[in-house]
Amino acid sequence: MTLAPTFQLLVALAAVAALLLLALAGAALARGPYGRPVVYGGALVVTLLAAVSALTAIPAPTGGLVLPLGIPWIGANLRLDALSAVFLFVVNLGGAAASLYGLGYGRHDHAPERVLPFFPAFLAGMSLVPLAADAYTFLLAWEFMSLASWALVVSHDKEAGNVQAGLVYILMASFGTLALMLAFGLLAGGGGGFTFEAMRAAPPTGWAGAVVLALAMLGAGSKAGLVPLHVWLPLAHPAAPSHVSALMSGVMTKVAVYGFIRIVFDLAGPPDWWWGIPVIVAGAIAGVVGVLQALLQSDTKRVLAFSTIENIGLIFVGLGLALAFKASGFGGAAALAFTAALFHVFNHAAMKSLLFFGAGAVLTATGSRVMDRLGGLIHRMPVTSVAMLIGAAAISALPPLNGFASEWLVFQAILLSPELPAWGLKLSVPAAGALLALAAALAAACFVRLYGIVFLGRARSEQAANAHEVDVFSRAAMLALAGICVAAGLFPGLVIDALQPAVTALVGVRMPAQSEVAWLSIVPVAESRSSYNGLLVFLFIASSALLTAFIIHRLATGAVRRAPPWDCGFPNADPVTQYSAGSFAQPIRRVFARTLFAARERVEMPPPGSLAPARIEITARDPAWAFLFLPLAGLVERIATRANRLQYLTIRQYLALVFGALVLLLLVLALWT
Amino acid sequence: MMANLLVQGTQMLLVLALAPLLTGLVRKVKARLTRRRGASVLQPYRDLARLLNKEAVLAHNASWLFRAVPYLLFAATWVAAALVPTFGTGLIFSWSADLIVITALLGSARFFLALAGMDVGTSFGGIGSSREVMISSLAEPAMIMIVFSLALVAHSTQLSTIASVMVAGVGLRVSLALALVALAIVAVAENGRIPVDNPATHLELTMVHEAMVLEYSGRHLALIELAAQLKLLLFISLVACVFLPWGLAPAGAGAGAVVLGMASYGAKLAAGAVLLAVFETSIAKMRVFRVPDFLGAALMLGLLGTLLLFVSRIL
Repeated sequence: MTLAPTFQLLVALAAVAALLLLALAGAALARGPYGRPVVYGGALVVTLLAAVSALTAIPAPTGGLVLPLGIPWIGANLRLDALSAVFLFVVNLGGAAASLYGLGYGRHDHAPERVLPFFPAFLAGMSLVPLAADAYTFLLAWEFMSLASWALVVSHDKEAGNVQAGLVYILMASFGTLALMLAFGLLAGGGGGFTFEAMRAAPPTGWAGAVVLALAMLGAGSKAGLVPLHVWLPLAHPAAPSHVSALMSGVMTKVAVYGFIRIVFDLAGPPDWWWGIPVIVAGAIAGVVGVLQALLQSDTKRVLAFSTIENIGLIFVGLGLALAFKASGFGGAAALAFTAALFHVFNHAAMKSLLFFGAGAVLTATGSRVMDRLGGLIHRMPVTSVAMLIGAAAISALPPLNGFASEWLVFQAILLSPELPAWGLKLSVPAAGALLALAAALAAACFVRLYGIVFLGRARSEQAANAHEVDVFSRAAMLALAGICVAAGLFPGLVIDALQPAVTALVGVRMPAQSEVAWLSIVPVAESRSSYNGLLVFLFIASSALLTAFIIHRLATGAVRRAPPWDCGFPNADPVTQYSAGSFAQPIRRVFARTLFAARERVEMPPPGSLAPARIEITARDPAWAFLFLPLAGLVERIATRANRLQYLTIRQYLALVFGALVLLLLVLALWT
Repeated sequence: MMANLLVQGTQMLLVLALAPLLTGLVRKVKARLTRRRGASVLQPYRDLARLLNKEAVLAHNASWLFRAVPYLLFAATWVAAALVPTFGTGLIFSWSADLIVITALLGSARFFLALAGMDVGTSFGGIGSSREVMISSLAEPAMIMIVFSLALVAHSTQLSTIASVMVAGVGLRVSLALALVALAIVAVAENGRIPVDNPATHLELTMVHEAMVLEYSGRHLALIELAAQLKLLLFISLVACVFLPWGLAPAGAGAGAVVLGMASYGAKLAAGAVLLAVFETSIAKMRVFRVPDFLGAALMLGLLGTLLLFVSRIL
């Protein structure tokens, strides 16, 4: 069956081509005065158009196209269905925001020739992945995306740690692609049906399906940041320029989620009952480990990168629940869980981009990402601080913002899961629910800490005291994303309804039409007696707050006097007496991180009479590094050292090796038959 | 429709009017138990009136957030308290926010209060905020687990529906007993009562809530105190409407049922206040790092209750 190309598919392809042209233009113009406006301005226009077109493509019929590129007898198969359109929209929306932000932020880049060519290329790669409809095109686009982002990660190669971050990243990306390649190999089978259509027609059976699930979790999960494959993420995401960090954390991880959904929900055939369990468990662990590590960081962008791991965990819990419900034949519940995951994909793309933009604005204004050198920026950067407050509240899942709406849907899905017949699920789902609730509460703690240390209090350095608000483009990008966070929180029903074509395509059932529910409320499943109305909650809070303020100012008093802080009578003018990033996290570090991350504090007190300062040293280790990657690296090194001897053999010894190998192969061949 | 609107309106004003009285009653009983005479139960009203009429003293570097937080905190707590059935279940807006939302609204209030504690940049504000988020990072998941247990029994997260199901009777259940114990622990922690925090303390290093609001004065402080009183009322109402739902006026009930509901609600509040006072007087405050063990027990009990319900619908 060949599909006709739709208008939206052609627009999407034209956008990819235009972005590639912009990449060339970026390479040519990078050093000139027009490089930045041409590349970012062009990318802004292209991605905005592509985003609008993708939005109209979600309910539209599927379009397909085969271009005579790539492997001759397959060609480049391209396809735009509802799921691709959802992710294409997320990619291009994030791309448009990052381009707008880049118009201003790029001005501070001292080496634009290392960023401008790769930025549009990165966007093109991310747009191409959801369009690919055969394994070859998919992997090509995936690798293109990885390489372009790697180039951006190492663009500031003079800063300490960035080159190493790039190395870890490229290693993990190659590993992920290898896993995906094997997964596609299994899906294609012996016949070599490399198009997705052929894979769908002949889904794997028995153990092959399980191996495909495992490989998809390794391949897509390593890109998305599932624990323990997350180690590259907190190194690489902060190393890139901030608008690229936003794209990597907000958007590229979502492309990885797309890859997982495409393989597991679409290509791997009907799921087994237990497929949900590893996905739910991995997601719940990622949720808690990610946010706890975020609480231990003192670098703004690293905090945000670890928080991405937490949110990916929430998305995977939703996907795992959807798999479990789908396998057991609970269509409505599967639609709910899948919608929750997609909704959070959209939400996290918006809020994480916003937060990275804010961190970038702070970096521009103060030159620092170290939380203990910042403080009091709410007075200096009024617009950034408002936008960041909205982002922080949204990602902490506070009603009535968007993060809460998707979290509410996940909780409602968990509440439907006692119906699941399998015992493994009956026990793992409530535990996952508890871990998610813990992660949500810790996320609120994490963002109170981030916002409180960076924006509130008194300036901890001269640069922070003299900071200035950032340029108009950066502010516009942040405010636009903050607006999206608020709008999606107040009108979650619109987003849920917009996602339904993709949900129907993947799980076969849709959620009840939210537009038919009175008063813009949302309901999880048709027969449910639970509902939530973000708009009404917002109106209640806003009206009672305003009413209270009005009454108090009218009937009591509105008088204000400014005075020195009280601080129990002993105010200290030195800003270092404030709570710092490390001290704020101390209670949580002590409660949660002692066993999990072996967090230790060492205090050096000077002897009495000495004027030397007291010092505290905090150490923590990531168990993934300590127990998995460092031993693995050690093993590789030992094998390499042993194998090194093979490079210094004589010609006779080499010939003997070749002869031995030949004999061995012939023996195997003889014994095989 | 009109009757439900009336119930909702009455409830909003009722919780606001009763909250200081409840706190006054707890203080009075505590005083009597320690053989002091204690202030009148109306003292909290006088305190609020006095604070409201004083000028607000702001630190030099307090930002707009510092001034906005008391209103946000109060509004969020008030909305949450107005959605917990007190004397009747016919709350017209109960479908707009279920128990998960009420938990999250209290979480929002705490989020902003913790930020306000850090705004002036004093060490006491920081210590209060940092301990508050540590306590809430365990109390909130415990609360969500309790919500799960209740929702699984009632097949709904809507508090009015849960209350009606409880009125109809669900029998004695192990999971609900676990949830009740967990909810009691969470309520003690959320309201900053002994043994987790001491609302009457002015010894700096033991303060949590009081340290966060140390820089507040005048009308801002009045709003924060009223919000804290509302929160105490909310938790007692929550326990009452879920675990002691007798006397609740059903939706659309006549005047007689409403009067009965009010009377029984008053009795439940008084009983809750006395129990809390007795509990607080008979126990010593914990060291701050013993609190996670205390709350961890609540989390585990909540999780156990939920697990039991996953395993069997009748437990």
